[in-house]
Amino acid sequence: MQTRFDAFVREHGPTVLRVCRSLLGSGADAEDAWSETFLAALRAWDTLGSPSGTVNHQAWLVRVAKNKCVDTARQTARRPSPVADVPERLAQASSTDAGGHEIWEQVAALPEKQRLAVALHYFGGLSHVETAELTGSTPPAVRRASADGVAALRLSLAREEGTT
Amino acid sequence: MDTHSILTDDFGIQDDEIERLAAGLGAAADSVGLLDVAYTEVGSPVGALILAATERGLVRVAFDSTPLDQVLDELAVSVGARLMRAPSRFDIAERQLGEYFSGARREFQLSLDWRLATGFRLEVQRYLPHITYGSTASYAEVAQGVGNPKAVRAVGTACAKNPLPIVVPCHRVVRSDGSLGNYAGGQEAKRELLALEGSR
Repeated sequence: MQTRFDAFVREHGPTVLRVCRSLLGSGADAEDAWSETFLAALRAWDTLGSPSGTVNHQAWLVRVAKNKCVDTARQTARRPSPVADVPERLAQASSTDAGGHEIWEQVAALPEKQRLAVALHYFGGLSHVETAELTGSTPPAVRRASADGVAALRLSLAREEGTT
Repeated sequence: MDTHSILTDDFGIQDDEIERLAAGLGAAADSVGLLDVAYTEVGSPVGALILAATERGLVRVAFDSTPLDQVLDELAVSVGARLMRAPSRFDIAERQLGEYFSGARREFQLSLDWRLATGFRLEVQRYLPHITYGSTASYAEVAQGVGNPKAVRAVGTACAKNPLPIVVPCHRVVRSDGSLGNYAGGQEAKRELLALEGSR
């Protein structure tokens, strides 16, 4: 029997959302990229959902999510904005959700290489090699960037807890 | 030191957040025709009902005595695994069910997808709407109605296997001795439906 798509969304939804929020912040853009990723999975379901398939579902989704996030970021950048000097960053701080999402802005605040490594390797579960291929980097550089990124996140989380 | 768990706790995603996103995804997928099956759950005086539809129409109505997962597994096998909750697909069905349960509707006008029924069972199930609101027929009468008077037992099976109860009124088929007979939603639900229609 084929995997049920609703169960597939429940299983992989959180991982894909972590990847999207790492790359785009916690606002509507990340949710759009999340939806686009699963719509792509639906379109590819004949092969992706097949019981005899050898596709690594999570790796497939994380790759697609990364591409959707890059597309979304490009579109957002192209959108006419009243502010002239929009910072050239993949992620933008969001004010759409107030409750408990500030944490994603800490990921967004990481240098780009660390953010990509954290998103794809640490949250997305891709190997160092896969992450390097996807980001035009090298496995040792990904290993370093991921470790540095995670360390920076732990530090800022610890600081935050200290101040509250 | 387990850094991984520290961070994944902090970056946890709540189940209700995924449910919310999945609801939006279901609606989006449905609107561009990517789903084999859309489903929803609605409340009713005879308990919660599971409704499922294909692009052709309503394909399944189930009482909550059957676990949702079981109903969805069966649909995934018999119809398709591209299946999601998409309540907006059911606006019309929900409205007609509401009217029916308030006594304002005597007949359903919904597109039905009969793909879960075949052969003699399908013949019987298609006959059932001819038993008018407010009346009942015996299994033997239905057997006669479909031109197979000896197939009383098979009529019983066809009613039990009705994929679209309430909308296709198998509850109007009772035993010749006047007793209710079985019902997928339980005898109590059958009694309530017949009382609602004023035939009991």
